Amino acid sequence: MKKFTALVYARTMEFVRDKGTFFWNLLFPVVLVVGFSFAFSGNDETMFKVGIVGNNTQLEDSFLDLKAIELIEYDENPALVLEKLRRHQIDMIIDFKKQSYYLNSESSSTEVLRSLGRSDLQNFNEQEISGEAIRYVDWLVPGIIGMNMLFSCMFGVGFVIVRYRKNGVLKRMKATPVSPFTFITAQMVSRFVIVLLTSILVFAGTNLFLHFVVNGSYLLLILLTIMAILSMISLGLIFAARLKSEELASGLMNLITFPMMIFSGVFFSLEGTPGIMQNASKIFPLTHFIEGARAVMIDGAGFTDVLPQFLVLGGMTVLFLLISSVFFRWE
Amino acid sequence: MNTIMQIENLKKNYGSVQAVDGLSFSIEEGICFGLLGPNGAGKTTTIEMMEGILAPSEGQVSFRGKKIDNHFKKKVGIQFQNTALPEFITVKETLELFRSLYPDPRSLDEVIEICSLSDIIDRDNRKLSGGQRQRMLLGLAIIPHPEIIFLDEPTTGLDPQARRNFWELIKRIKAEKTTVLLTTHYMEEAEILCDQIAIMDHGKLLEIDTPETLLENHFDGALVKIPHGGRTDLKLDGGVLSGDFLEITTNNLDRTMRDLLSSQLNLEGLSIKKPNMEDLFLKLTGSSLRS
Ligand SMILES: Nc1ncnc2c1ncn2[C@@H]1O[C@H](COP(=O)(O)OP(=O)(O)OP(=O)(O)O)[C@@H](O)[C@H]1O
Ligand SMILES: [Mg+2]
Repeated sequence: MKKFTALVYARTMEFVRDKGTFFWNLLFPVVLVVGFSFAFSGNDETMFKVGIVGNNTQLEDSFLDLKAIELIEYDENPALVLEKLRRHQIDMIIDFKKQSYYLNSESSSTEVLRSLGRSDLQNFNEQEISGEAIRYVDWLVPGIIGMNMLFSCMFGVGFVIVRYRKNGVLKRMKATPVSPFTFITAQMVSRFVIVLLTSILVFAGTNLFLHFVVNGSYLLLILLTIMAILSMISLGLIFAARLKSEELASGLMNLITFPMMIFSGVFFSLEGTPGIMQNASKIFPLTHFIEGARAVMIDGAGFTDVLPQFLVLGGMTVLFLLISSVFFRWE
Repeated sequence: MNTIMQIENLKKNYGSVQAVDGLSFSIEEGICFGLLGPNGAGKTTTIEMMEGILAPSEGQVSFRGKKIDNHFKKKVGIQFQNTALPEFITVKETLELFRSLYPDPRSLDEVIEICSLSDIIDRDNRKLSGGQRQRMLLGLAIIPHPEIIFLDEPTTGLDPQARRNFWELIKRIKAEKTTVLLTTHYMEEAEILCDQIAIMDHGKLLEIDTPETLLENHFDGALVKIPHGGRTDLKLDGGVLSGDFLEITTNNLDRTMRDLLSSQLNLEGLSIKKPNMEDLFLKLTGSSLRS
């Protein structure tokens, strides 16, 4: 145990004191999240979007003719239209079939629209629903953090052990009574703590000013993050098992992290992509983490809803660990 | 005297390269054993098989009569020819790390004192000079209270002063009755430190004995060296040509000098010395610079 904690400590210090890597791990995701939140915060405050359901026969020459109001006619399922209002994609719904109008109590435009329409909408019932706005950045943040976790696990475990093998640190360890199991586990634990803490820190830090929507439980999010980190570290270990060349290792790792970044749905949704691509993306642990985290954050999914993701990530961890333990060599 | 380590018919090949080719010898407890040989002779390969780091292709390594096992690792101190140290941690942290890996480690203060590490104790591993680094690596090697310590070229790259300081460290370790196995390219070092010397080349043992006996067996008397000035045809008793010099090994200095006078060679540049390990090494391996 003493051996173990000493090894964890040494590895963690190596990370913390390596200022470049340390700040990169923290700053990179923050910059991405903040950058994207600005890039996609399209300014639609001057325009109110009003959804029209049914035929507008009663409101000629009304506030709806104002320049600041854009009318969108819907003839789809009313529940979907309500969902759009709940997520702030539109600001108001006027349903001529039900003779009602709907406003979102959490939208900043509600007060304005209510007073604008007061006289014109006298004969309508007001219905209020509530729901926080879902912005691109809310959707993006699990992706960015997941991606950062992936890089940190793959390079922090996989690449670093390859470097240790090349420069002789592994050989020096082999000459001591420490077992490969203890040494590798110590590396994993150190990296696990680092990645978990940086992920929480990045989330909490950006949350201070971006106020993400989190409809599900934080505990569940953290559990999911833990499972994801375990699977990614184990994936990194496969690369660490035998390779001796840092160049080869980083090449191979890029070869698999880049497709993961693109096809795991970090930046755009996989919905609507060809089925084969969606199925292929399932082999990446990142896909399952992002899926699960988005479900918890945005849809408020509970444990049973994301159980499949837990099982898949757990299964991958076991599989990757088995593969790497079969292949591992000190040299 | 007890034998502490023994190797029997040890072989290692890398593909078609026979790095070690049937080596056998044993090491007595408490001595300093020098393993010498030119570059590529197979010293590092041999020592790493003895440490249990490399698996032999053939042959046996035993420690106190038993095949080496994992338990053996707790009783040996090792200093590799090239090792990286963990980065971003200080000398003290590295020593503490290694102390935690052994069941009965030497105290930190003792290691610092023996290897004179106090000036550099808080320095980052990456910022050590060559000599400081060697002292630190020796510090790591003595942490386990080793019964035998392996030092692979510990003084290569050190300045003469640092090398002499290092010798003092090794003498101190020897004084603790620790057996030392040392490889080196410096014959002077081997002569000063080692009780027994094995000279190897091409993976094979050439000679093994105490430095005194080796010299006695190979050289009698003195070695006379003189520039031959192109007179390569000159025949003198015990004389061999070596580069621009004529080297005469003799046990009758008086006669050799008279022979030289009568040969009319220009005596400018003549030197007479007792042969040392350097000469023996050159004689046995043909060259010290082969790579
Ligand atoms: N990993 C390896 N793969 C292939 N050949 C090797 C390997 N290690 C050593 N050799 C070869 O084995 C031979 C012996 O090498 P070794 O390192 O034991 O020599 P050495 O006596 O320690 O030399 P030096 O004095 O230069 O340190 C050399 O010919 C070397 O090229
Ligand atoms: Mg060597």
